Amino acid sequence: MSLLEVNNLQTSFFTDAGEVRAVNGVSFNLERGKVLGIVGESGSGKSVTAYSIMQILAETGKIVGGSVKLDGQELVNAGEKVMRTVRGNKISIIFQDPMTSLNPTYTIGHQLMEAILLHTDRDKKQAYDRAIEMLKLVNVNSPERRMKQYPHEFSGGMRQRVMIAMALACEPDILIADEPTTALDVTIQAQILELMQSLQHELGMAIIMITHDLGVVAQLCDEIIVMYAGSICEQGTAEEIFYNPCHEYTKGLLKSIPSNDNAGQKLQPITGTPIDLLNMPKGCPFAPRCDEAMKICIRERCKRMEINPDHKASCWMNVKNGIGQQEPTENSGGAAEDGEAK
Amino acid sequence: MADTKNIPLVDIRHLKEYFYINVGPFQTKPLKAVDDVSFTIKRGETLGLVGESGCGKTTVGRTVLQLYKPTGGEIWYDGKQVKTAKDLKEFRTKATMVFQDPYSSLNPRMTVSDIIAEPLDVHKLCKSKEERRDRVLELMNYVGLNSEHASRYAHEFSGGQRQRIGIARSLAVNPEFIVADEPVSALDVSIQAQVINMFDELQDKLGLTYLFIAHDLLVVRHISDRIAVMYLGKMVELADAQEIYNHPLHPYSKSLISAVPVPDPKIARANQRIALKGDIPSPLNAPSGCPFRTRCQYATEACAESMPEFKEVSTGHFVACHRTAEIND
Repeated sequence: MSLLEVNNLQTSFFTDAGEVRAVNGVSFNLERGKVLGIVGESGSGKSVTAYSIMQILAETGKIVGGSVKLDGQELVNAGEKVMRTVRGNKISIIFQDPMTSLNPTYTIGHQLMEAILLHTDRDKKQAYDRAIEMLKLVNVNSPERRMKQYPHEFSGGMRQRVMIAMALACEPDILIADEPTTALDVTIQAQILELMQSLQHELGMAIIMITHDLGVVAQLCDEIIVMYAGSICEQGTAEEIFYNPCHEYTKGLLKSIPSNDNAGQKLQPITGTPIDLLNMPKGCPFAPRCDEAMKICIRERCKRMEINPDHKASCWMNVKNGIGQQEPTENSGGAAEDGEAK
Repeated sequence: MADTKNIPLVDIRHLKEYFYINVGPFQTKPLKAVDDVSFTIKRGETLGLVGESGCGKTTVGRTVLQLYKPTGGEIWYDGKQVKTAKDLKEFRTKATMVFQDPYSSLNPRMTVSDIIAEPLDVHKLCKSKEERRDRVLELMNYVGLNSEHASRYAHEFSGGQRQRIGIARSLAVNPEFIVADEPVSALDVSIQAQVINMFDELQDKLGLTYLFIAHDLLVVRHISDRIAVMYLGKMVELADAQEIYNHPLHPYSKSLISAVPVPDPKIARANQRIALKGDIPSPLNAPSGCPFRTRCQYATEACAESMPEFKEVSTGHFVACHRTAEIND
């Protein structure tokens, strides 16, 4: 049994303009102590996937189908009471913007201790010690002095460290990092990524890393999920995704970023713009921007195919080229593949 | 005009930009956002400017165009110093800017055609309405916008398209020199490549010269002929793009380049990052001597005493470090 099993998750936002299917049939498993990367453009549903797991969606958002199992326990429809024991305790999240996710009117110490007092049965003194310990863990100098300071006295990188300390204070099994370094400079980004990597080795937690930066996932992740318009186009180990991409979107993405290989050459951008989630086509969502699109791509969405045990993709090009095979049973992916993998 | 080849198009000499910050009643303190920066850009060349936030790269871009009045230093354009108001007005028809944020840099109450034509109106470049309209359509065509969109408002466009509108606006006066301040940072990965390619194509077509400011080193390396690295208001290294990427000499450039996440798992994992201690100091209390010394692993006492000279160590490779020779043995 995996630590986290997400099966055919569907989340929609009900807006005045209609239903927006932000997450549309996402399935994946997360093993203990692994780092999973979710990459995609804005609007691809990567953050909404994370918020659905935590059930911290905006009021208009609702999980309309699928299941999320943590250690075998079903979380969808489990109720707010159960979720309160999960959030912060078993699954923690770090948000993108360290500038706005701390409360400016409370001291750092207060905010750190709040999480600890809420989720554990430590008393105030113990919570204080724990908070100091956590600040030391994330390499904040002179933690006793820092505890009394307010967020505005911290730099961006320091605030993100505090956010990490807060998220890890209750020793969660899973840490969800939603674009944790996007707002930071490269040198600070390197510090934070290194810190997350070393903490992960030390504490053995699993990380879901949400980002649009392929460089960050290449460095950090064991497995990668590539999302486009609310669904997964491709998932597999980092090596498979980078060296053997089997979905036209992933291929296009890898070609469009400047790297060592295409230095001095013209970049090959993906044409067009991301699709409007209100008017989702019946076929493959990427077909309108895909150079290789065939008739079938527009008519019908490709099922998830197994390229090899470490790699799955949903692209008709693989069918055309005879790569991969249909997944065994038809109950929408996830569960069937588990049985086969074990 | 015969010797224009030898005169750099843009020649910035000892540029200084200080902001005076109130630190107490009747007391101000200079914040040296840009402190003695000199560089040149040849016609048709792209100079990339990189550095962390707060290092002064945006201020350099804006001061070069005199959106801020420089505290000191000289700006020479095409062999002439830009000094008087008259010079400046003429300079502004030759040098324009593309802003970072495509969401806040376009007036939401103006149609696309009015936004693009505003510089034409300001400089009175069009004699008739027809000429103005034709010019707008031509510009929209340059940046790959559909001419039907001319009467729409900015909010109807995606980020990438908005940035195209911003670029069309900056091209309106037929400039020779464009300062692009983080033009792709706010865009999605798949759109970034489209806009980067457009900058490339426009340069080929119109013979433009760019000062390209960005923090994404991979993007800057891709588009630039030469790259300048800034730290705390000072330029610390300047060299050919490939040269600086492969053989950085300044300890700050080294760590900056090693920190870039390379989109390739094998390289990224093998990559030895040179971690920097701590954060960038506040420019209000910049360290004495070399600004980087507080985070530099090679710092000695000499580094605290004087700012190292920005000198050419090999052809076209400038670096400001006291210990260049010892470190790079």
